[in-house]
Amino acid sequence: MNNNETLKALVSKLILDIAPEAEMHNLDPNEDLREELDLDSMDFMNLLDSIAKETGVNVPESDYSLVNSLQSLTDYIDKRL
Amino acid sequence: MKILTMPSFGADMAKGSIVKWNVKPGDHVSKGDIVASIETMKGLIDMEVYDEGTITKLVAVEGEELEIGRPIAELQLTNEESSNNKPEQIPTDAALPSVETITTQVVNLSGKQDKEDKKTPNISNIPDHSELKPKPQIPKISPAARFRAKELGIDWRQLAQGNGPNGALQLNDINAVYEMHPEPQESPSDLMRQAIASTVSRSKRDIPHYYLQLDMLLDNAVRWLREHNADLPPNKRILINAVIYSAIARALTSFPAFNGFYRDGHYESSDSVHLGNAISLRQGGLMVAAIHDAQHLGLIEMMEKITDQVNRARKGGLRMSEMQEATVTVSNLGDRGSDSIQSIILPPQVAIFGIGRQRTVPWIVDNTVSCASIVSMSLAADHRVSDGHLGARLLNKINKYLQKPETLI
Repeated sequence: MNNNETLKALVSKLILDIAPEAEMHNLDPNEDLREELDLDSMDFMNLLDSIAKETGVNVPESDYSLVNSLQSLTDYIDKRL
Repeated sequence: MKILTMPSFGADMAKGSIVKWNVKPGDHVSKGDIVASIETMKGLIDMEVYDEGTITKLVAVEGEELEIGRPIAELQLTNEESSNNKPEQIPTDAALPSVETITTQVVNLSGKQDKEDKKTPNISNIPDHSELKPKPQIPKISPAARFRAKELGIDWRQLAQGNGPNGALQLNDINAVYEMHPEPQESPSDLMRQAIASTVSRSKRDIPHYYLQLDMLLDNAVRWLREHNADLPPNKRILINAVIYSAIARALTSFPAFNGFYRDGHYESSDSVHLGNAISLRQGGLMVAAIHDAQHLGLIEMMEKITDQVNRARKGGLRMSEMQEATVTVSNLGDRGSDSIQSIILPPQVAIFGIGRQRTVPWIVDNTVSCASIVSMSLAADHRVSDGHLGARLLNKINKYLQKPETLI
């Protein structure tokens, strides 16, 4: 498993903590994450908070448009680890 | 002596189970202390006490499921400890608690007018001093039968007597009922849906709503938030919701006709703004949690309250007072919802705000078109209490606060 796959597994786990019913195995990694999983702004903030705690990578508000999908989010974290 | 009873958290709750007692006999408790965690269809709710005193007896055991209004514990009030009052008798199954229960008003998915709804079980009315309702005889039941009934989702309290000693229900009785009616009982989400249906039907029937809507510029608030949030970690950031909620709460202090309860043909405004936040639950349905004294909260505190409350609503652990005391409600579909929402008032409240999603539109200022970030805010209010003119002034007042977010911090 490469680093990005490990990151995807981690982010998936963190999403499931917030949205236990999310069907992660059905999620297209390039689709809009929040749209697909019905995450509201509070959920998304909680997700970024747990990502910051787990990985140390802080996504500022100005970069929200760069982390729309699971793929782009994990790429974003990967580059900054 | 005060008997603590199984509290109601809304019309959609018939029963609750004590999951954990936080106190034991002999413990001293003060107003606001959490004495028990109660499992409801809405998740775990923390039950508080409203008095100071000493717990003298726990009547309900952990794991026991009880109907609303049933005694669960006895509390010796501090101000009567020195007297020689004899403790009151605990009501038996056949009698109702004739003692003081929670006196706060159950709002939103409940209300006294539920009495008219014969089809929906009237589970919202906590019996108070004056209002006692007859209760059918509840059959006795053996522990094994009780366990089996729970396993099968059978409400044994609704059954006739069984074949055991003194008419007690036994395992065979429960199995026989199951074989006759093997279909499953209604799920919590069905019950919640029924309760919402009952409340909104009653509201639309009884309350003459009027609706107003105003598009409000968010550019100032967005700019202010961008600067404020720039260097903060995610859990310290303020969302636009907090700014909107604060603006509403501040404005309401000058408009008491929208913040209070209409009961028995009479309106009473509330001294403080307990802002009900309608929270959608992932399993379906919604609950309204009150942000107490919202008019006094700065943006940071408001954000902390909202975050904490939404998380607890979804994971369990809301407090009883949060479930019962909202004086006005905000319904917010969030940033992925629709452009606007016209909501239905939750009786006995008299107003509800609907917040659409933040969106960018062409906006004209001084005959020049530019891009602007706006939100459409609606107000549904009770025409028995206020008129559209006053409602429009309230929306404009909220708008003024929104344009100066720095005054809300």
